[in-house]
Amino acid sequence: MLAVWVFVGIVVVLIIIFAAIFNGLVRLRNQVKNAWAQIDVQLKRRHDLIPNLIETVKGYMKHERETLEAVTKARNLAMKAVSAGAGERGKVEGELSSALARLLAVVERYPNLKANENFLALQEELTSTENKISFSRQYYNDSVLNYNNQTQMFPSNIVAAMTGFRGGEFFEIKVAEEREVPKVSFG
Amino acid sequence: MLVVLMGALLLALGYFLGLIFFDSAVGGVVIALIIWGVMNLVAFFQGDSILLGISGARKIKPSDNPRLYNIVEEMKIASGLEKMPDIYIIDDPALNAFATGRSPNRASVAITSGLLQKLNRDELQGVIGHEIAHIKNRDVLLMVMVSVLLGSIVILAWYASRFMFFAGAGRRSSVRGGGQLGIIIILVGVVLMILAPIAAQLIYYAVSRKREYLADASSALYTRYPEGLASALEKLATSGTGVRGANKATAPMYIVNPFRKKGISLQSLTSTHPPVAERVRILRAMGGASLTDYEQAYRQAKGGVGVIPATALALDGAKPMALRAPSAEAKPVEDFPQRIERARETSGLVWRLNNYETIPCDCGTTLRIPPNFPLPTIKCPHCGKINYIVYRSQSLAPNG
Repeated sequence: MLAVWVFVGIVVVLIIIFAAIFNGLVRLRNQVKNAWAQIDVQLKRRHDLIPNLIETVKGYMKHERETLEAVTKARNLAMKAVSAGAGERGKVEGELSSALARLLAVVERYPNLKANENFLALQEELTSTENKISFSRQYYNDSVLNYNNQTQMFPSNIVAAMTGFRGGEFFEIKVAEEREVPKVSFG
Repeated sequence: MLVVLMGALLLALGYFLGLIFFDSAVGGVVIALIIWGVMNLVAFFQGDSILLGISGARKIKPSDNPRLYNIVEEMKIASGLEKMPDIYIIDDPALNAFATGRSPNRASVAITSGLLQKLNRDELQGVIGHEIAHIKNRDVLLMVMVSVLLGSIVILAWYASRFMFFAGAGRRSSVRGGGQLGIIIILVGVVLMILAPIAAQLIYYAVSRKREYLADASSALYTRYPEGLASALEKLATSGTGVRGANKATAPMYIVNPFRKKGISLQSLTSTHPPVAERVRILRAMGGASLTDYEQAYRQAKGGVGVIPATALALDGAKPMALRAPSAEAKPVEDFPQRIERARETSGLVWRLNNYETIPCDCGTTLRIPPNFPLPTIKCPHCGKINYIVYRSQSLAPNG
């Protein structure tokens, strides 16, 4: 009789532990989902800001057509990749980031533009949106790391395998310049 | 842990005072709990409005200060906070900031206008990260609970001492049976009455300091840039003016102690905040941005056990967290042109005090006319335009 009760007790304890681990995994997965949604919001916000920026800047930057076109092109590509996976999207958004960085670097040559209040407000928004993108990416990756740790570490890996938690994909924005070897020409 | 200790102190005080005055320990404990409960309710429902009301804070919209709003939102995202906190600006040249609100979903961040002007973007981010960390770690609720606990102990001890004093020695009921036990109970009661408030105060300070370190560590984690907070703290430390409207109860909520005065180093045991120099040293010693990195830097600086709860460190894992580079806007807001502007303003004031007249010429030159200038017109030395001198006294006259 006692053996039966002990057995029942062990089963009950195991079920409670299982439920706790399962709930923990669900919480982490939802955290990852929320974090992803947050990145999405910020990326969209950046897409929305760009036409406005181009419009404001165009009049001042007559000689920077290529830079402006690169930004518009990168934006269009990024908008097409909205429903793609984290890896693909990271690449396209990275290109947009570097195109924008080039544009904002060129701005230094146009003192008139830097005195334009409309542009200053846009610049603040863009700078902050870039920050928000990197902070939301940071939080997303932290969440993915926690989630992956939990799906791989004992004993929660057993629960994860039984119930189909597979961990998430990290989001890395690849900035083009970072990968390219600088070209030096003596011409 | 410390909080539990403090709760035990309150219960022990209630227990012995109950034995002394009502002959029943339960009665004392119940009274202690009722006092604590009522104060908690008041603090819970009134806390943030009281704090913000006292400080004279004014709530801002995103359009009022886009930069500040953006920085708060950045930190909200970095910390994974679900709801955007309200933002308040306190019109005060003193440098300080605080967070309040009983839950992460109903929180506020307040910052003095002086601080807003003095800090660059990275520094501001560090400060806001610290405040958001207080919200995220639920420090506000914790500190309110601890300070209410402290208040209850102080009130209980104070009233008991009055009661004992006026009631006199002869009327205490518990001594009726006489014997050593009664005397011991009275002795313990008296000792607790005297020591409990002091002990509670010290525990309160210890809890507060610990949460400050944790908030610093979290801020470094969110911003990935401990240097921002470190240099902001340095600026805060050198300003040396207290915040109007701060009081003892609200002190732990500020980023640095609002009562500090220049030249007076605060005693480490009786302070709500750790010494700024030490916080800066720990932040600058961090090799990465994770909580583990902070813990290591802390142990190096102070030795012994660290400050970060083991549960937080376990989640942290051994992930490499690189520090980021300073932002492009690393130079302070108060840069060169602004300083020239301010210098001009001051010198203009001095001229006017000496009764000089000021006439702006169309070419941008400012002409200053001495008080006893004989001619009605003056030629601009730059562009040669003839300017008429309008004296202030005349221009202010109704017909002039």
